Amino acid sequence: MWLYHKAMINILIVCTNEPIAATIARLIDKVEDWHATIALSLNDAMGNCYAKTFEVILIGSGITQAQEDILKLHLEKLKASSAVVKHYGGGSGLLYAEIYQALATK
Amino acid sequence: MAQTVLHTANTRGAADHGWLKSFHSFSFAGYYNPDRIHFGALRVLNDDFVTGGMGFGEHPHDNMEIISIPLEGELQHKDSLGNTATIKAGEIQVMSAGTGVYHSEYNPDGKNPAKFLQIWVFPNQRNVEPRYDQITIDRDTRNEFVQVLSPNADDAGVWIYQDAWFNMGRFDANTAKTYQLNKEGNGAYIFVLNGSIKIDGQDVHTRDGFGIWDTDKFEISASTDAEFLIMEVPMKF
Repeated sequence: MWLYHKAMINILIVCTNEPIAATIARLIDKVEDWHATIALSLNDAMGNCYAKTFEVILIGSGITQAQEDILKLHLEKLKASSAVVKHYGGGSGLLYAEIYQALATK
Repeated sequence: MAQTVLHTANTRGAADHGWLKSFHSFSFAGYYNPDRIHFGALRVLNDDFVTGGMGFGEHPHDNMEIISIPLEGELQHKDSLGNTATIKAGEIQVMSAGTGVYHSEYNPDGKNPAKFLQIWVFPNQRNVEPRYDQITIDRDTRNEFVQVLSPNADDAGVWIYQDAWFNMGRFDANTAKTYQLNKEGNGAYIFVLNGSIKIDGQDVHTRDGFGIWDTDKFEISASTDAEFLIMEVPMKF
């Protein structure tokens, strides 16, 4: 008997606002086969990307464009194909569309 | 030549949470339509009905310009900036969520629903200091465009962090006026609150949305007595 498993989709939330990051993570983890990881700083995010491959990286509040650019360079060096997208809104309103769109472009 | 898109009322996403009925002109929460993500910087247009005595509990937002326009009834607003206010039909509320704000919106009327438009516009700056404002708008003037939002703090209406202008119109049947866009590269999304209008020859009815861009002006004529909202936003942002 063969067992098929859908691959887990790992999503990194980079956001300096801890309560908002936790809200986004909770919403992501509600979706079957999606798993959220929180990074509260650029350094934290870069460390997470060393340790794990993320399909989607959401850039949340408190992260500057310069920091986002540094993270993208870091991902290039790691040859990681993560889709990096800005997250807007802070909650469920736009979150799922942002992730679906990011996954569709990969 | 102007480009246009028509979203008829019955093609909007619909959500019924019991206490909240919402119609989404663009993808929102559980409604996802890849062809209806946004119109330029306009990302959310929700037509909400909140049952009496119910509301949105405290929840967060960041990096979004959030505009609420009550159409009937009132909402009690509380936020993490320390604002407590009641907003009612004839007013407009704006929140620049910026680095993050928590708020709740509650219909204090035990019997009657609150009906309002919830509009989200992408900001032109991320991570700004959160702010809140509400003002009374002119819903009595007829047959003129009445500006209720702009990018300028010293202009009519509320202001937001985006090169956007919102105007409301309450036209008598057979009235026609030309809307001149404020900025090159902007488009306009017109949402009809009630009645029927024509925009450059296209019939647009109650709760329909009509987008127009690649033009510097367009004509709106009222086929019946009609009320509508023009949301002018950058098409590239």
